[in-house]
Amino acid sequence: MSSVLQVTDLEKSFGGVIAASNINISVGEQEIIGIIGANGAGKTTFVNMVTGYMPPTSGSIAFMGESILGLQPRDITKLGLTRTFQIPQVFLSETVFDNLTLAFGIAEQSGWGLFIPLHTEERTVTVDAHIERYQIREYRDMAASALPQGVRKLLDIAMATVRRPKLLMLDEPTSGISIEEKFGIMDIIMNALAEEKTTVLFIEHDMEIVERYVSRVIAFYQGEIICDAATAEAMQDPKVKEFVLGQDKYNAEASGNNGHA
Amino acid sequence: MKGLFDKTFWGLTIGLIALLILNFFLADWLRGIGLQSIARGMVALGLLVLWRTGLISFGHALFFGFGAYAAALLQRIGINDFFVILIVGTAASGLLAYGLGFLLRQYRAIYFALLNLAFSMILWGVLANLEVLGSTDGIGVRPPSYLGIELEGEANQMVLFALAIIFTYLVAVATNLYLRSTLGYMTMAVRENEIRVEYLGYSAERAIHMKYIISGLVAGFGGVVMAFAVGHVDPDSMAYWPISGDFVFITILSGSGNVAAPLIGAMVYELIRSYAFEYAPQVWQLIMGGSLLLIIMFLPDGLWSLTERFKRDKA
Amino acid sequence: MDLQLLAVILVDGLVYASYLFMVAVGLTVIFGVQKVLNVTHGAFYAYGAYLAAQMIGLYYGAEWPAYGGFVIIVLSAAFLGVVFAFLIERGLLKYLYHRDEHIIVLATFAAFLMLEDIQILIWGMNPYLAFQPLAELGTSEIAELTFDNYSLSMIALSFIIAFGLWYGLNRTMWGKMLLAVIYDRELSQAMGINVTAVFLGTFMIGAFLGALGGAYIAPTISVQPGIGVEVIVLAFAVVVIGGMGSIPGALIGAVMVGIARAAAVHMLPEVELFVIYAIMATVLVFRPQGLFAPVQARKI
Repeated sequence: MSSVLQVTDLEKSFGGVIAASNINISVGEQEIIGIIGANGAGKTTFVNMVTGYMPPTSGSIAFMGESILGLQPRDITKLGLTRTFQIPQVFLSETVFDNLTLAFGIAEQSGWGLFIPLHTEERTVTVDAHIERYQIREYRDMAASALPQGVRKLLDIAMATVRRPKLLMLDEPTSGISIEEKFGIMDIIMNALAEEKTTVLFIEHDMEIVERYVSRVIAFYQGEIICDAATAEAMQDPKVKEFVLGQDKYNAEASGNNGHA
Repeated sequence: MKGLFDKTFWGLTIGLIALLILNFFLADWLRGIGLQSIARGMVALGLLVLWRTGLISFGHALFFGFGAYAAALLQRIGINDFFVILIVGTAASGLLAYGLGFLLRQYRAIYFALLNLAFSMILWGVLANLEVLGSTDGIGVRPPSYLGIELEGEANQMVLFALAIIFTYLVAVATNLYLRSTLGYMTMAVRENEIRVEYLGYSAERAIHMKYIISGLVAGFGGVVMAFAVGHVDPDSMAYWPISGDFVFITILSGSGNVAAPLIGAMVYELIRSYAFEYAPQVWQLIMGGSLLLIIMFLPDGLWSLTERFKRDKA
Repeated sequence: MDLQLLAVILVDGLVYASYLFMVAVGLTVIFGVQKVLNVTHGAFYAYGAYLAAQMIGLYYGAEWPAYGGFVIIVLSAAFLGVVFAFLIERGLLKYLYHRDEHIIVLATFAAFLMLEDIQILIWGMNPYLAFQPLAELGTSEIAELTFDNYSLSMIALSFIIAFGLWYGLNRTMWGKMLLAVIYDRELSQAMGINVTAVFLGTFMIGAFLGALGGAYIAPTISVQPGIGVEVIVLAFAVVVIGGMGSIPGALIGAVMVGIARAAAVHMLPEVELFVIYAIMATVLVFRPQGLFAPVQARKI
């Protein structure tokens, strides 16, 4: 199995604080991987480094066999590796339709093509098809600022998948979404991604979601990987139980999970 | 070019034709006002593009003054053709924007505004101190010739005005087209969410650089027109900080809803200024300042937003 | 370079620096607290100069006791400080704090334009000359050159102001509240600090200092229309260089600019007018927050 993403000895330190160390991961085609760990364990730092937003202190990152170390997020996106955000990054003043139209505009054009009108009939068809894929048609003409959280997340992911990335990293796709809606939204997302044969890594705190959608789990703790195994095995791993599950289960019981009713 | 013929295009075209016809009947002083409106309106058009990107410059008198002095200096070395001066002056200003843009594109908010101010004051200082450029007295500018044809008095003014309107029209139409392209929508995108732009695969800084160059080009154009309109260039009327302030004044007065807005806004500004100066010279700044405050307080999206209200009421 | 030239540059530079400091410090204080770049500050300066010049003229015309001119200067500035605080801060800025920062600057620009005309309506177009306090203090010789003691006294005044502000900020209750508001407006409010009062008080101090700058300088210049326009952009430059909101920054920035300008005037006059803006641009390029940016809390 050829590796889509190869991370070797990745490290990140901020002065004296070590945010990540000894990170070694190999991701194969079309794998669905869950990244778990307590808050501050280094998961988002990992995503930031892989997508070029933050430079690692040392180590190497290879995508499809080529090093992407030192590249800007925009270049890495163009190569086929991108991510979504814990807080959805969209254009709040614009409608869902306009958000995606611009995303397609940037993806489909380059160089002097960028001077061609953004809104074309062809593009409308493409955008509407994409909106269907994520089942947000009823919100098509609503401003992004007025969208419910779940729909905004879907929009964020829809924008990230405009370029049909080979590898997509989702940062807490269901955070802030009520329990009743979580599975529905994840189904939409994972189906859309499966259609495009996308390799997926996603950060999640909800273990039910992890168990349901991923085949492999990578657990972070204090900047290091403490377990990298198939889902069932990982959930039984004593270190995972102590440093991740225990905490998460405690969080779930104590606070009633992310402020749901 | 299907996207070309929208309402704005037709509005601008009607305006063009109307003005070209009026040109034959206008009194000289009205033509003067028209030329000055075009000159300032052009700078404000550039500032509109930047404002949509979330940026304001407190120093666009830099490009305005640069263009104006370019015109004067070209005449000094013997070039008197309108077309050559206009193109060279505009291009020179654009080149300056290209160069400075590498630096400016890394700044946002108040720092962007102030860095522009600093550079404009550097130009002012240089112009005011250099004897060879006339220092504070400036340089005189003669009416231009047109492809070899020399004209006198009102005939020259009429041709100048007509050409200025035509070129302004072309720039406005082009800008409108630009704002409806992907790159044009990037103004909104950069203003709203730079991270998103980056992760969609485009460089926010590069987008800003391009808009900065556009603003420099049109401001230089405005400077050239002003030089001919007034017949004189000097540091205090072309590069001093209140001049930059006036450009921002017009931009906010007009609103950013449409490319026609700054052109109309500049005309309104010019008319208020002229009448205030004429009938109440001791309080003309009071009137200007007061109008700006009223707009800021009660019509924050500028005069153009009145057209939106009108449309909404009709519906 | 010979010693005399060096001495001239140093003294001239420090005199100019104190003038710049007095004008800039008020601007930076207001920015620090209200986060507003207040263009009307130029009017505070101009009005200070005009009022002081006029009052000095009346005072000495009525032949009141000598050296009273200095009291007049301070009183004029204090009066204007209070008036402008109510006029500008309560009358205008209060309605605009929630708006985009560029719009606020533009609004103060509009107010500045209005004040320029009102100034001409009050005092007319002719210059005011109020040289008496200048003459009273006499002259001194430094390195075989003659300097006005009055100009030298400006250096002393700047230090007094700087010290006074330092003491006020760090050793008094009022100062501590100010620092809290600078650090975080919302949090201060949540802790029970009357931010409205702090805003008004700060503005009064800032306006007073701006007016004092103008009032104190009045005897050395020809007070006429346009001095406000000239000064405000210089003050902006000093504030940017020193760090917006920083008082030590305003001091260091003023000294840097003062010496640089004096050097230019005496050695390379062609660059005199723009050397200050070149420094401003340089600082913005390498350290946009200025040399001494005040504490900026990183939230989240």
